[in-house]
Amino acid sequence: MHTRSILFFFLFYAVSSLASPNIEYWITSKGTDVYYVHAPELPMVDIQIVFDAGSARDGGTLGIAMLTNSLLAEGANGDNADVISSGFESLGAIYAANVDYDSASLQLRSLTEEDLLMKATENFKKVISEPDFPKDALERKRSQMLIGIKAKQQSPATIAKDAFMSGIYQSHPYGKPSEGDQTTIKSIKRENIISFYKKYYTAKNSMIAIVGAIDRKLAEKISEDIVSSLQNGEKANSLSEVKELNESKNIDIEYPSAQTHILVGQLGVKRGDSDYFSLYVGNHILGGGGMVSRLFEEVREKRGLSYSAYSYFMPMLFKGPFIAGLQTKTNQADEAVSVLLENIRKYIEEGPTQEELIAAKKNIIGGFPLRIDSNSKILNYAVVIGYYKLPLNYLDTFNSNVEEVTIDDIKDAFKRRLSPDKLVIVKVGALSEKNNEDK
Amino acid sequence: MKYTWFKISIIFLILISAIPVVVLAQVHKYELNNGLKLLVKEDHRAPVVVTQIWYKVGSSYENDGITGISHVLEHMMFKGTEKYPPGEFSRIISENGGRDNAFTGPDYTSYFQTLEKSRLSISFELEADRMRHLKLSDEEFIKEIEVVKEERRWRTEDNPQSFLYEAVKAAAFQTSSYRSPVIGWMQDLDNMTINDLKEWYKTWYAPNNATVVVVGDVDPNDVYALAYEYFGPLSPEESITTKKQIEVPQLGTKRITVKRPAELPTIIMAFKTPVIKPNNQDDNEYDWEPYALEVLAGILDGGNSARISSRLVRGNEVAAAASASYQMASRLDNLFTLSGTPAPDKSIQELEVAFRNEILNLQTYPVSDEELQRVKAQVISSDVYEKDSIFYQAMIIGILETVGLSWDLADKYVERIKAVTNEQVLSVAKKYLIDDRLTIADLYPLPIQDNSINERKTKDGNAHAH
Repeated sequence: MHTRSILFFFLFYAVSSLASPNIEYWITSKGTDVYYVHAPELPMVDIQIVFDAGSARDGGTLGIAMLTNSLLAEGANGDNADVISSGFESLGAIYAANVDYDSASLQLRSLTEEDLLMKATENFKKVISEPDFPKDALERKRSQMLIGIKAKQQSPATIAKDAFMSGIYQSHPYGKPSEGDQTTIKSIKRENIISFYKKYYTAKNSMIAIVGAIDRKLAEKISEDIVSSLQNGEKANSLSEVKELNESKNIDIEYPSAQTHILVGQLGVKRGDSDYFSLYVGNHILGGGGMVSRLFEEVREKRGLSYSAYSYFMPMLFKGPFIAGLQTKTNQADEAVSVLLENIRKYIEEGPTQEELIAAKKNIIGGFPLRIDSNSKILNYAVVIGYYKLPLNYLDTFNSNVEEVTIDDIKDAFKRRLSPDKLVIVKVGALSEKNNEDK
Repeated sequence: MKYTWFKISIIFLILISAIPVVVLAQVHKYELNNGLKLLVKEDHRAPVVVTQIWYKVGSSYENDGITGISHVLEHMMFKGTEKYPPGEFSRIISENGGRDNAFTGPDYTSYFQTLEKSRLSISFELEADRMRHLKLSDEEFIKEIEVVKEERRWRTEDNPQSFLYEAVKAAAFQTSSYRSPVIGWMQDLDNMTINDLKEWYKTWYAPNNATVVVVGDVDPNDVYALAYEYFGPLSPEESITTKKQIEVPQLGTKRITVKRPAELPTIIMAFKTPVIKPNNQDDNEYDWEPYALEVLAGILDGGNSARISSRLVRGNEVAAAASASYQMASRLDNLFTLSGTPAPDKSIQELEVAFRNEILNLQTYPVSDEELQRVKAQVISSDVYEKDSIFYQAMIIGILETVGLSWDLADKYVERIKAVTNEQVLSVAKKYLIDDRLTIADLYPLPIQDNSINERKTKDGNAHAH
């Protein structure tokens, strides 16, 4: 073991000096921010355009962000969904659309062969800037979303997640499901969708990330071209801040499942938060380190209570959630909740040991090359850095930011940011069957 | 479905800007004296290396009464050896910046580590150690078997779709060992003992039953030297002959209904279909068939322009969601499945009729050249996209080798797909998508009682569970 630790410290240095991807930044003539990484090894490119049009912008029409986003490729400039989708697929290109709380995005993956790439980006541009929102497509997507909402209702894990988000965010948009609910989905009109699109799918309200085997000149041309037919628009107004809870909340939901799903947590951090690294490293030790963490050890390894036991901070535009969770057969749910709470409480009070902190840093810093070993991963970083306005050298300084975190930083940050007396505790399961046996 | 199973070595493309140097992705193959196979593929895009150890054992090797044992053993492999106490394996990998885990399938059990490239020896040392020196203690087993039961509840019991899939496999296969689930039946997990595991471990965990796959920023000869150092001293086990549990011919359609608390009806139509056979086996005359079935699956479900989306989800709007899936690389013959959930005002019967009409169409009319070209274009591009992940590249090599095929089959995949004709697609549709090979499973949703929500606020700050 001695030889290994000597080897380790040598490598530590070597890894720290590893170059991270060079992210280039510019603004198109229409005012769209572009983040570009040249990755010449594989003849492919990923292009993602991100709009500030996430479900937090739903307002009273819950689900409209998702419905709008999913309808773009259902009809554009007179072409129907068949024409649009074969316009990508016959080239071997992949189109994807996605919505989360903070943003809505469209993604194109294509080979870089000139003819293929030009046709694919042309089709992509059409979808983004000339959607028709055909009536029949709207009705079809509406009924698919209603089915999607039903599908959520047969998953205790999803029921728990929705209840948890609603519990910690109360009336803030983060507390509402991105998929909307039966009533709102039924109420959305085509005009609502068109005005949602016009307001948020604009050049100034978007950013583009490009990673792949195209040079800067071509990346400039493509980014310029993609947004050329969009309205200039304006940056969307800032949403209201989230509010802290001033009390604990227990939410119990009866569900006929073999396991009870348990989620515990409260408000966490924003993107770019000054406490981010202290909380990130700290949580790695508590419940973020995969098969090596306190929660994994206490819940699964020592007691065999659950297949998974974890905690994480999900940084968002406003404070995202801190979530700890597990699932266990119902007659041991109370025991599992106690173990979970006790460990969170203890960690907030005492923080990690020196040994744990060193091990966590070794994992995070030593594993840095794994974070950026594919175009997909680099694209994700480019999007996050661009969308949340993190410093362009975020990846270059990542390891030193981790290295600087001390035990006191973690204790201080956890104490200030998490209060064991203001936790939301969600349980979903056959709770009324007190002495529920196996299965 | 996605075309994510295979890859080729070279890509000739005319590129706009710089021409990327796509290195000939040669796989280097070695074998140690103790029978351990080593396959190394260079990929120098990032200073990272993935190691995967593939054992030729999985749920299809299990007999009745011990189903799930391969997967339970996979869990126990993290419970320590003479040299390293429980949990130490993952702790060492973690301290070295690595990620590790394992997965079990019908034909394989695989363990992996992803590390910064210079730390490959750490994973070799640990894997070599637990290949022959696992300490199987009852104390650890008693806890871990409960974890596995929780995993089963989570994956299957509380997930109506997985539950239905488990049921359709069990109904479709009468004698094939693919009928039992990888995670095992609950009563078999209840009855499992540490002695069952000791025997299973002794039988299957030996260098002559393992393939080590390494992909990443490495020199193949250096990797071989390391493998020689760490795995070389391990003694082989007596070679194992398995009795293949082959499926008896089916003589008519099978139909089952599964009742579960659920919101959505679901249907799965599963047809027994052949898989790629090893080169040395007979029926080479029909060796194009799996590729034609793969294309057929792509015609139905290769994207939003494929027939299922275009005709069933849009078109006559009978499905809210549906998919087609074909397994072409496994040890025993497997399934081609069509599955879906009907649109709100449609029934499961209507969706079944729609699926049957699509099959009839494929059996009657040749697919169009445009559709065939689309599938081929997707296969060619996927082959490039897959190279974005070294983990995935290693998986392909590992699966092919472990199911008794060869890694170089992957090199031929794109060419084989490109050679498929409209007539061949028609021919496999007529031969395999027929009633005598079919099992239909319907999920009949039982009402989920009102989710009564009980919310309590506790001002005293005591959030303890009652």
